[in-house]
Amino acid sequence: MLLSMQGISKAFAGVAALKSAALDVEPAEIMALVGQNGAGKSTLIKILTGVYRRDAGDITFDGKPVDFTMPAEAQSAGIATIYQEINLAPQRSVAENIYLSREPKRFGMIDHAAMRRGAAAVLKTFNLAIDVDRPVAHFDAATRQMVAIARAVTQNARLVIMDEPTSSLDEREVAVLFETIRTLKRSGVAVIFIGHRLDELYAICDRVTIMRDGQTVAKSPMADMPKMALVRHMLGKELAAFQAMAPDQDVPERPVRLAVQNAGAGVRVRDVSLDVREGEISGLAGLLGSGRTETARLIFGADRMQRGTLRMDGRERTYREPADAIADGIGLVSEDRKIDGIVPDMSIRENMTLALLPKLKKAGIVDRTKQDAIVTKYIRALGVKCASPDQPIKELSGGNQQKVLLARWLATDPRVLIIDEPTRGIDIGAKSEILKLLRSLADEGLSVLMISSELEELLAAADRVTVLSDGTSVATLPRKELSEAALLSAMAHQVE
Amino acid sequence: MQTLLRPFAIKSSGDLARIGVILALAGLILFGALRYDNFLSPFNILSFLRYNSMFALIALGMAFVIITGGIDLSVGGTAAMASVVAALLSPYHWAAGLLGGMAAGFAVGALNGFIITKMRIQPFIGTLATMLAAYGTGLLLANNQSVSVSYDTGFTVIGQDDFLGFPIPAWIGLAAYVLGWLVLEKLPVGRHILAIGDGEATAGLMGLKVERTLAAVYLASGTLAGLAGVILASQFGAGQPTEGVGWELFAIASVVVGGTLLTGGSGSVGATLAGALLLAMVFNILNFENGLGWISLSAYWQSVIRGAFLLVVVVLQAKLMARHRAI
Ligand SMILES: Nc1ncnc2c1ncn2[C@@H]1O[C@H](COP(=O)(O)OP(=O)(O)OP(=O)(O)O)[C@@H](O)[C@H]1O
Ligand SMILES: [Mg+2]
Repeated sequence: MLLSMQGISKAFAGVAALKSAALDVEPAEIMALVGQNGAGKSTLIKILTGVYRRDAGDITFDGKPVDFTMPAEAQSAGIATIYQEINLAPQRSVAENIYLSREPKRFGMIDHAAMRRGAAAVLKTFNLAIDVDRPVAHFDAATRQMVAIARAVTQNARLVIMDEPTSSLDEREVAVLFETIRTLKRSGVAVIFIGHRLDELYAICDRVTIMRDGQTVAKSPMADMPKMALVRHMLGKELAAFQAMAPDQDVPERPVRLAVQNAGAGVRVRDVSLDVREGEISGLAGLLGSGRTETARLIFGADRMQRGTLRMDGRERTYREPADAIADGIGLVSEDRKIDGIVPDMSIRENMTLALLPKLKKAGIVDRTKQDAIVTKYIRALGVKCASPDQPIKELSGGNQQKVLLARWLATDPRVLIIDEPTRGIDIGAKSEILKLLRSLADEGLSVLMISSELEELLAAADRVTVLSDGTSVATLPRKELSEAALLSAMAHQVE
Repeated sequence: MQTLLRPFAIKSSGDLARIGVILALAGLILFGALRYDNFLSPFNILSFLRYNSMFALIALGMAFVIITGGIDLSVGGTAAMASVVAALLSPYHWAAGLLGGMAAGFAVGALNGFIITKMRIQPFIGTLATMLAAYGTGLLLANNQSVSVSYDTGFTVIGQDDFLGFPIPAWIGLAAYVLGWLVLEKLPVGRHILAIGDGEATAGLMGLKVERTLAAVYLASGTLAGLAGVILASQFGAGQPTEGVGWELFAIASVVVGGTLLTGGSGSVGATLAGALLLAMVFNILNFENGLGWISLSAYWQSVIRGAFLLVVVVLQAKLMARHRAI
């Protein structure tokens, strides 16, 4: 056995995060580690690599008992880790990030040329042709994730840990990642793969370890664990599936609230037209680089629209900055929540009501009763797992931080909510909760523009879907015409 | 060709600021050379370098500290204390003075490192405390007055003599800067220092030894301040417990003018030198201007003008960076 963790317990300020959890991994094995948001997956990994010290339990790696006191030690023992919060130094170049802490040297000095060459070569195997001299911060979340993966797989480790590596990747990139994982396996390297997308887990993993509330509740070969059983173990109950609307249901033509016509800016958004109707969930689909996120930024005023028009309630509007859009009742939950969103040291309460503070003020002072009511409501509605609303948000699990950010915008009571990848990093139980919540908000009159790369999600929740390809809206499919095949063929549409 | 030029390619907004400071320095030198007769005379150049090497040394240490996202307020007090220690030890041997002064700086640096990494005190607070302690220790050791150095052991050579026609303090400064450049640009630890400034927690997760590296940086800053104190004592023939006030601010200003962000994670050794020389040059030019006799500026006015100049440079840099980001 390569890794064995037994009886691992850990409490944060008296609150147990892990209760006698266990995990073992054989050489050349791909182990899935699954569980709801806050189940303790990331904590278990961080205990292994020495980020946190355990309260109890034993760890053996490669036959020897180990007790790493910092990640540097785990790394030199042969464990490479991609943490959930992508860990790269934003101002350093791509090449430096890949080699940081094990720079190629010549005469004791960094061999910059070799580093640059090596970085470009690994990234090429990932189909990524980028300037490796540029700071990592210049690139989007997906590229950063790929850089983090490149960093991990080039460490010649015996065990590579990936904590939700696919949460910002599109299908093509996931395919590349899986190829890399298979190559690692062939050379005898073991992989721990944490994720919430079950299809991916079944596609790549050999075995699965399931966690619930800080405990390991099941362990089995992937092939012997049917999906339903896996979900049951994870949630501790049957999944209350999201009731998708009947696929052929006819949606009434409701009035248009937000109309975008022939919008464009730069080269990423060429010609986009779409309508978001009152009380509807409009989907926005497209492959990576098709301009979905950029379109959202244009509407929201985060980038300036250079061409085309935008109408809100029939009146033509120009948003110079997000504040203008917000004043008109538009909210945006951005894709890159790790960077754009949270104030790590502030409490859940404060993070959740940050965008709402002006409305909560009474004679200049925050109305605590109102604030409490809102915070309690959303903690319950989204199932945020926390010790109390006053806990600093950085102490929440990754998925629970996402839920708080989502709540922040929902709570502003917008008229149009643009939401980029609403269920990214969120567990399967909470996922249907979130879609349900969006649906019930829509029923109350909210207009939602939902960007998603998960077709299932669009099929389940959207009333109509606009498909982008190469910065151009190529089709709008009403509910009646929605199907996976129809979406895929529209997404593959080539724009001359 | 392209690979040859690569080191000079503008990759970030910080690079722009750094190019800006070098251009500003060149402009100021040109201005001085055209306006004043003796500006480029060997005497002016050599005394300029001799005197300002101390500040350049301190700015170098400060640059490293600021790149990690920290600050070292204790350097002025450390230099003052080190000058006293060096003066007290100079009668035994010139090397005793030199090493003693440096050791005093080393000790303060080690204490800073300990307070910041082990006791987890904010650098601003931690080094503020050691600054007060260093001044106090210097005054205690010196009995509240300046301490004359020994002229018999050759200690004064360090600060006052030339080597190959160049002031020895300038040689020391040059060596320190070359070493600093090597460390930051060529050795792995330099990249680690930059990455730590980019985000300490992240750097730890990436497998860097954060505490050890931080401690080394404060140690270096303290030791360089100690060395500056030795030069101070040797150059002026006395350990001066009341000198060094405000030196840390001068160093911080040099670093900032050199395009290093106070938030950490970026910076350059060369531009820090340019920044230190630039601020010193403003003084030098004001002295010449006084010498012309058209106007007579008191030291206070010089300070005000220097402050205004600093503000102009920083605002220009911010503008440049904003423009770069917009592209
Ligand atoms: N530094 C911390 N301080 C306090 N509590 C923490 C800390 N880190 C994690 N926790 C708590 O431990 C529990 C487990 O968190 P963990 O991050 O391991 O979950 P996870 O399984 O990775 O979830 P996700 O799928 O959302 O990433 C959570 O309840 C979280 O709030
Ligand atoms: Mg996690």
